[in-house]
Amino acid sequence: MWGHMLFVSSILISKDAMWTITKLFEGYFFFGRSYPWIVSVIIGVVFALFITHAGLALRKFPANYRQYALFRHHMRGMKHEDTTLWYWQVITGFALFFLATAHLWWMITHPGDIGPHESSARVWGDHFWVLYLLLLFAVEIHGGVGLYRLAVKWGVFEGKDPAASRRNLRRVKWTITAFLIVLGLATLAAYVRIGMSPEVQAGERYVPAWVGQPEEHAP
Amino acid sequence: MNAAATRRLRVHILRYNPAEPEKAARFQTYELDEADGMTLFILLSELREKQDPSLQFDFVCRAGVCGSCGMVVNGRPGLACRTLTAELPAEFTLAPLPTFELIGDLSVNTGKWMREMSERLETWVHAKQEEVDLRRHEEKMDPDLADEVYELDRCIECGCCVAACGTAHMRTDFVGAVGLNKVARFSLDPRDERSEADMYELVGNDDGVFGCMSLLACNDLCPKELPLQSQIAYLRRRMAKQGTG
Repeated sequence: MWGHMLFVSSILISKDAMWTITKLFEGYFFFGRSYPWIVSVIIGVVFALFITHAGLALRKFPANYRQYALFRHHMRGMKHEDTTLWYWQVITGFALFFLATAHLWWMITHPGDIGPHESSARVWGDHFWVLYLLLLFAVEIHGGVGLYRLAVKWGVFEGKDPAASRRNLRRVKWTITAFLIVLGLATLAAYVRIGMSPEVQAGERYVPAWVGQPEEHAP
Repeated sequence: MNAAATRRLRVHILRYNPAEPEKAARFQTYELDEADGMTLFILLSELREKQDPSLQFDFVCRAGVCGSCGMVVNGRPGLACRTLTAELPAEFTLAPLPTFELIGDLSVNTGKWMREMSERLETWVHAKQEEVDLRRHEEKMDPDLADEVYELDRCIECGCCVAACGTAHMRTDFVGAVGLNKVARFSLDPRDERSEADMYELVGNDDGVFGCMSLLACNDLCPKELPLQSQIAYLRRRMAKQGTG
């Protein structure tokens, strides 16, 4: 998740940086030509992990409205941060069933359409910015809270003073979440800006000047 | 505290008596002057003595030892005898601990819940020795280990951890932090002959340690400040190892 955000935000450095990372995953620098199906395979593995995680997480969801209402009433009275964050973990997790599935399926079936211009055309021209905006907040909140909870659940980083470690973990969690949301918004804005440009709207694929002619994708 | 600084407290207490189902649950408001060092125990005793003899609540020790006076104070479970009114705003609410059987008003039957949990988790020393010989000296225990056992044995079964637990609110079969703490305590005890597999049978499931969602309100609100976060995490690691090993 964090790695993905760093790869995607390479567009903030330059189009060439983002193109290079895309081609790295397509094997261009290893085989001399691009194999987008490699990207599909990687995303397929991520999708399988996502489904497994969702299946395990379902055990914790409120099983009916009564349980949901009981928890919500309890949460409102308690005003306890970790209790409230669990509620948001569930809400964002539920949203991710749909948001992440839509995103992952699209990327599995269109692995060759990732690049500075191609991604921007999708973000702006195909209105994916709406999906990505929702996805950004859902993923960063869900992931941040989830990793923090995993750490306290299994006693990772507990040290000699669990209370102090937990305070530190919470600080780190909020810092990372805030940083990634700001980075994500800046990244999304960059794709939108590029997506509005005439060359992207004309359907031009991006190829760095130092590469030469656009290559044909391998089948 | 001088007279000018004396606060007038407004206390909203949830009233309901299951023996009188025709009277709907309601918040009843009482007013009284705050006194120096006033705890909720003193406040409630004064209310019952001077304003409303029908008010039901439980107290025994008045010193945070018996665990009888757990109640929800402004939305959070805590012991009434250890809660100073000075720590609260001038207007606040009191309600009975949820998840337990209501006796009436602020009085709940934590004992019934604790007994069921204890029987389910068999929270007593399981020794192989068949005949008890009262003349025999008790086996010596390493002092550090005895301290560790004692640390977890400080639980007073007040029910605050269960009432604070979002999981327990949703799933009535969840054993709660008090149950997991008991298992951790008997796991430490060298006199208890039960194996790791035996403990796994008791809490290695979604009603036990794997049902805990790590909201940690139990740890944060435990009146005895038991190390519940660490103990539950440790138990989870052990049970996961047992379950996969």
